[in-house]
Amino acid sequence: MSPVSRMIVRWFTLVCVPEERLLSGSFEELAMPLFDRLYNFAHWLTQDRQEAEDLVQEIYVKALKGFSLFRPGTNFRAWIYQILRNTFLTSRTGLKSTATVPLDMESDQENLPAVSDTPESILLQRSDRQLVQEALGRLPLPYREVLLLCEFEEMSYQEISATLAIPIGTVMSRLSRARRALRQAVQELQGN
Amino acid sequence: MACELWTEKLDAYLDGEIPAGEARALQQHLRECATCAAEAVAKVQQKLAVKAAAQRFVPDPAFRARIERSIAARRPSATLFSGGRGWLRVFEIATVAAVLLIGGALFLTIRRGRGEERLISELVDQHVATLASANPVDVISTDRHTVKPWFAGKIPFTFNLPELEGSPFVLVGGRVSYLSQSPGAELIFRLRQHQISVFIFREEELTEVREKQTLRTALSFEVRTWRHNGLGYFMIGDASPQDLDKLSELLKAAG
Repeated sequence: MSPVSRMIVRWFTLVCVPEERLLSGSFEELAMPLFDRLYNFAHWLTQDRQEAEDLVQEIYVKALKGFSLFRPGTNFRAWIYQILRNTFLTSRTGLKSTATVPLDMESDQENLPAVSDTPESILLQRSDRQLVQEALGRLPLPYREVLLLCEFEEMSYQEISATLAIPIGTVMSRLSRARRALRQAVQELQGN
Repeated sequence: MACELWTEKLDAYLDGEIPAGEARALQQHLRECATCAAEAVAKVQQKLAVKAAAQRFVPDPAFRARIERSIAARRPSATLFSGGRGWLRVFEIATVAAVLLIGGALFLTIRRGRGEERLISELVDQHVATLASANPVDVISTDRHTVKPWFAGKIPFTFNLPELEGSPFVLVGGRVSYLSQSPGAELIFRLRQHQISVFIFREEELTEVREKQTLRTALSFEVRTWRHNGLGYFMIGDASPQDLDKLSELLKAAG
């Protein structure tokens, strides 16, 4: 495309941009403040720096392309995390991660083996940071991501439900199991 | 309520996801039940520990810069005034607007210019037709006081003719001429063996003529145009440019 036609296209794009888009702020204004957190989340999902960079790069391109579909006033954070997660799930690492998830994970029944979790044994200190990081890394992907969205991103159940495309009841039961699984993982690590 | 039922709600309570009334009841229970209180503390500790542990991976600043550049280059829509690039966009709009304006003006000028060419060429044709005609004029008179009244009622305006006594020009006569279905006057003057036509039309009929006053040649004829008192004058002849200028001065002076 010649510079002149590109300029005319851009000019028409500007003229055709709906007013609410101008009022809601540009893509940069909404997406760049989330950059560090999105990268952190992507790295937790992929467990690899290069893959995390590729993933973040891909979702920024996708989100920018699809920005016209984003409805101003709705939750931009949930929207972009949803793109990140869907992109990851269709990647090679994502497909591998979901393939190893136990079948009974999505069941709402409390069917995890009982853990001897007396308050004393599960009391985690912030000084156990490395231990918790290792335990988080060992968790199956659905547990890891729901914990990150709830504890680190401090998303509401509603936001988590939108991001993961699951009902709120499933968000609650999955969170509960994820927390237990984390305690168990920490205990195992402590035992070693 | 049994402790198991409260502990089931503990997660949602600590996540801030239960209604205020239920939260107050749960707080009351925690004040009274040491086991549940210890469980709550453990859960809060875990939440904080996960939050602290989750903050683990920091993006490379070079990677961030790369993404920022890539967004700036690709963005399909952005706010009008967002920093320096916003002004760049304003500049782009101004450039496009200027190009469109200049293009439009050029188009109109060419179109009007063509209209003017067409009009002059039509009048030159009429002049040639007059020269070739066996009856070149409808009113034959050298007297301006005869020619001028003759047009009354035939054309929707009147005009003044100069006194030609002492000048080399001779009024031959006049005829009604038409331009775009509107009547006007054609006056024929003679200078030695040269014939000069002066066409007079109402200015409203001459929207295609850009210039108020022009000098030009068309098909080797000298052409003079000017405007006066709401009338447009077109002088066409094969006499010398100086002679045409002289006659046009006389006509302008007569007003």
